[in-house]
Amino acid sequence: MDKLLSKYKTTAIDNVTLWFKAAPIASFPENGGACIKYRDKQIAIFNYKRKDTWYACQNACPHKLEMVLSRGMLGDDQGIPKIACPMHKKTFSLENGENLNGDLDPIATYPVKIENDFVYIGFSE
Amino acid sequence: MKTIIIVGNGMVGYKFCEKFIAHEESKNFKLIVFGEEPRPAYDRVHLSEFFQNGDAKALEMAPRSWYESHQIDLVTNERVTDIHKNEKFITTINDVNYNYDYLVLATGSAPFVPPIKGVEKEGVFVYRTIEDLEGMLAYADKIKQKNPKAKAAILGGGLLGLEAGKAVMDMGLEPHVVEFAPKLMPRQLDLRSSKVLQVKLESLGINIHLNKITSQILGNGAITGMEFGEEPHLDVDMLVISAGIRPRDELGKTCDLDMGVRGGIIVNNKMQTSDPNIYAIGEVALYNQMIYGLVAPGYEMADVAVQQILGSSETLMSAEIDMSTKLKLIGVDVASFGEPFMPPEKGLSILFENKTKNLYKRINVSHDGKTLLGGILVGDASDYNMLHQIYLNDMTLPDNVEDLILGSRGEGGSSAFGRAMDLPDTAQICSCENVTKGQICNAITEDNHDNLADVISFTKASSSCGGCKPMVTDLVNQTLKSLGKEVKDTICEHFDYNRQELYGIIKIKKLTTFNTVLEHCGLGDGCETCKPLVASIFASLYNDTANKEDVIQDTNDKFLANIQRNGTYSVVPRIPGGEITPDKLIVIGEVGKKYNLYTKITGGQRIDLFGAELNDLPAIWETLIDAGFESGHAYGKSLRTVKSCVGSTWCRFGLDESVSFAITLENRYKGLRSPHKIKGGVSGCIRECAEARGKDFGVIAVEGGWNLYVGGNGGATPKHAILLAEKIDNETCIKYLDRFLMYYIQTAAPLMRTAAWLDKLDGGIEQLKKVVIDDSLNIVEDLEKEMQFLVDAYECEWKQAIESETSKQRFSHFINSDDRDDNLIFVPMREQSIPQLWDK
Ligand code: SRM
Ligand SMILES: Cc1cc2nc3c(=O)[nH]c(=O)nc-3n(C[C@H](O)[C@H](O)[C@H](O)COP(=O)(O)OP(=O)(O)OC[C@H]3O[C@@H](n4cnc5c(N)ncnc54)[C@H](O)[C@@H]3O)c2cc1C
Ligand code: SF4
Ligand code: FES
Repeated sequence: MDKLLSKYKTTAIDNVTLWFKAAPIASFPENGGACIKYRDKQIAIFNYKRKDTWYACQNACPHKLEMVLSRGMLGDDQGIPKIACPMHKKTFSLENGENLNGDLDPIATYPVKIENDFVYIGFSE
Repeated sequence: MKTIIIVGNGMVGYKFCEKFIAHEESKNFKLIVFGEEPRPAYDRVHLSEFFQNGDAKALEMAPRSWYESHQIDLVTNERVTDIHKNEKFITTINDVNYNYDYLVLATGSAPFVPPIKGVEKEGVFVYRTIEDLEGMLAYADKIKQKNPKAKAAILGGGLLGLEAGKAVMDMGLEPHVVEFAPKLMPRQLDLRSSKVLQVKLESLGINIHLNKITSQILGNGAITGMEFGEEPHLDVDMLVISAGIRPRDELGKTCDLDMGVRGGIIVNNKMQTSDPNIYAIGEVALYNQMIYGLVAPGYEMADVAVQQILGSSETLMSAEIDMSTKLKLIGVDVASFGEPFMPPEKGLSILFENKTKNLYKRINVSHDGKTLLGGILVGDASDYNMLHQIYLNDMTLPDNVEDLILGSRGEGGSSAFGRAMDLPDTAQICSCENVTKGQICNAITEDNHDNLADVISFTKASSSCGGCKPMVTDLVNQTLKSLGKEVKDTICEHFDYNRQELYGIIKIKKLTTFNTVLEHCGLGDGCETCKPLVASIFASLYNDTANKEDVIQDTNDKFLANIQRNGTYSVVPRIPGGEITPDKLIVIGEVGKKYNLYTKITGGQRIDLFGAELNDLPAIWETLIDAGFESGHAYGKSLRTVKSCVGSTWCRFGLDESVSFAITLENRYKGLRSPHKIKGGVSGCIRECAEARGKDFGVIAVEGGWNLYVGGNGGATPKHAILLAEKIDNETCIKYLDRFLMYYIQTAAPLMRTAAWLDKLDGGIEQLKKVVIDDSLNIVEDLEKEMQFLVDAYECEWKQAIESETSKQRFSHFINSDDRDDNLIFVPMREQSIPQLWDK
């Protein structure tokens, strides 16, 4: 199963080599998330309206490796924006992927940019 | 500097030192303590614990270093043999003299050994010191080696004798308690309670012999048996004598202090003997013509003597000494307080006996029924502390005095006592250490101790016998609570309110979106705890379905289905009352087949279809809704099912149409959002095939109407629902249910089922009856209105979801592709399929 996770690597905005045009802004619920497919990857994207910021991360939860994070709930932990997995409520920082309420491996996060009402995700390969 | 000599380093002698040094003025005195025993004072009350751990140190009242650090000279292993009261000095067994200014005699008592022929034989013991116990243990080992079935007798069936009986049993000997009176614990129990206790003890394996006058101890050198006049003798290998105590008053006799005719050094209420410089305290002191064989009066005497010597002469010994006691035998509840027996000229008794449960309770009250004079509890002494307090503080009794021992009848009745907090501040909670309720509460409110351990070490309450610990705990918790010091039940870091408070705010301000609630009274952006909670409040107030603001819904509500192990969902259509037509069954079957769903009958009398992919949910529901199904809300904190039995529709015992009524109720409350899920049941007769009393509300047909029960629970902490109303018709039942459910929804904490809620409700079911039936809060009209609004506002949320294109959008795994989640792996199981097991 490492195979499943090895696909996902946190990508810094400076290393982005490709901006993938994911979907129009309108397909994302405000203060909620949705999942997009990029090649063999599943990426969860969140429209964190309350901070007017967009976040992206792997859709797989490192706990049981199910593809569910996009269906989780947004929130903040002492100001850190986070996503709570819908399955067992493990929470992860959307800024650096850290598991905030446990010691699971961090999730991979990706940069997001908005252009002409479209959401783009940055990849480095 | 003046010198005080304390003779005897037992429990009371030690307590004298402890209390003495607590005073500033003690600096002007030198304390010298003589103890005859080889070790510093230990906790004799818990002597039997020595058998369990053999750890004498654990029983110490204080280590030697304690005496040193307080400049107290402790001389152990040295008996005081003479008092020269005119010259004011004492002589010890080693012929050393010591001068004193004040002398305190705390020489305690010794076991009384009746002059029976043969008591000097080997294997005969008394039960008072650690050395006695060590002797018994060694001897028991010896005789067990010779005879694995060795027997030991206890002479005396009093408090101590029974404790000794248990102790020899724990040593592996067959215990026989021999008592010359016709009853056990003759000073504390009446004949009936003694019988109840006897049955209980015998069931534990302790043999009881009453009415036995021991005439001789048999044996050649070592004991082999006991002879009782003409009755058959008893073969025993060991004997422990526990026939009462005699004060160790020999020093008083030799120096001519005033003595009681049957022993004991006479003291006045200042604890002074006939020589004003000599005090006597504890079990050696004869006060009010009595020797008190309990530690609490001894401690009070120590306190009086300390105060007197230090000059605060107004502290005097209480005129009446409380002799209430609780037997501390594990597994045997026995307590007696105040006047256990009641001569008819003094008062009247209320007795309760249940031989099937080895239970006996007796309380004695004054002729006017206003004052509690005493009582006896055998089999269940859990109310001892409270009864004892009522007795000590002369508290007013409830109208139905019998409630004190029977509980207020009707099921789940609340306590007739009220709470520890209702006691007056002067109520003595810990009698060993003489600590009042006021002192305990002040330790928190004024001295800033904020946990039980600190309060105990500060006040010393419950540090001796520990009997008052439950009350101390109660007081500490309730005081902390009243200060708001307890971990507050606020929702999360985003809301500094509990659910009920937030419910009120949202209702009054008519807030309708999560953002407005945050702006109004929250912080930050919310989280997975507060979002679903606010969503549930919206639903309870406005019957908003989960479609309205799906991003604040828990995942199950968001997708109107229960998420499964692999991220697929289950589908549970509503089948009210469990009644379903063959046609509908066929539809379910077809849906299951088409989407390859694992199908199972649930524990809630309906059918669950598992393994539906997110993308298929709308289509599945479209088919089901076309066939007349609705959402079953299996995913929501909301009404689940109202189970039914078939009732009078078919059943030969049925008293009413339980299916019809279950369907009515299920349809009325379907979609109702609440702090936790709600389940109901309707049974057609008391055979209770619908298990209605295991539900949040249960209705059972009886002759003359329905009985309505509330607050039941299955799950991890099962609980039977409690009767709310009897023999009511359908309309009344619905009316009461509307009120009950709405009241619960408004006041419960998040994720609190009705059972837990009712448990916490002040006043319990009686209070609920007052609110729901008698309208004591004057709210039932509002409750009914609010419920009717919710009932009228009901909409099937699945119908809503499939009819709206925007809300349908959320049911696709990818928003940029029609592909399915390629991570799903199903494996076969019997004739269906299930998700691959988790081992990853
Ligand atoms: C499907 C079912 C088991 C079955 O195959 O029979 C079931 C399945 C679940 N139960 Fe249950 N319970 C099911 C009947 C029961 C019953 C029996 C009953 O209702 O008569 C009980 C005991 C009665 C009771 O609730 O008092 C029951 C007591 C629980 C509890 C413990 C509640 C409690 O107060 O202690 C939980 C945990 C919770 O809710 O916090 C729970 C939680 C769950 C959850 C929601 C666990 C979860 O979070 O995934 C399961 C999800 C089901 C799903 O995905 O559809 N389930 N569960 C039953 C569905 C009934 C229905 O038709 O809606
Ligand atoms: C097994 C057992 C269980 C008990 N359970 C309870 C209970 O549950 N509740 C309760 O309230 N009470 C109970 N008691 C009674 C309680 O232990 C006594 O009331 C208490 O110990 C009395 O204290 P005291 O200091 O007066 O006497 P003691 O504790 O007997 O101390 C007197 C000390 O003085 C020493 N001494 C005597 N003469 C001299 C001398 N001339 N020179 C030097 N030293 C001398 C003795 O050796 C002894 O060490 C129990 C007693 C026993 C034995
Ligand atoms: S008992 Fe446990 S495992 Fe079984 S359905 Fe209920 S929650 Fe799931
Ligand atoms: S699978 Fe995400 S928390 Fe368990």
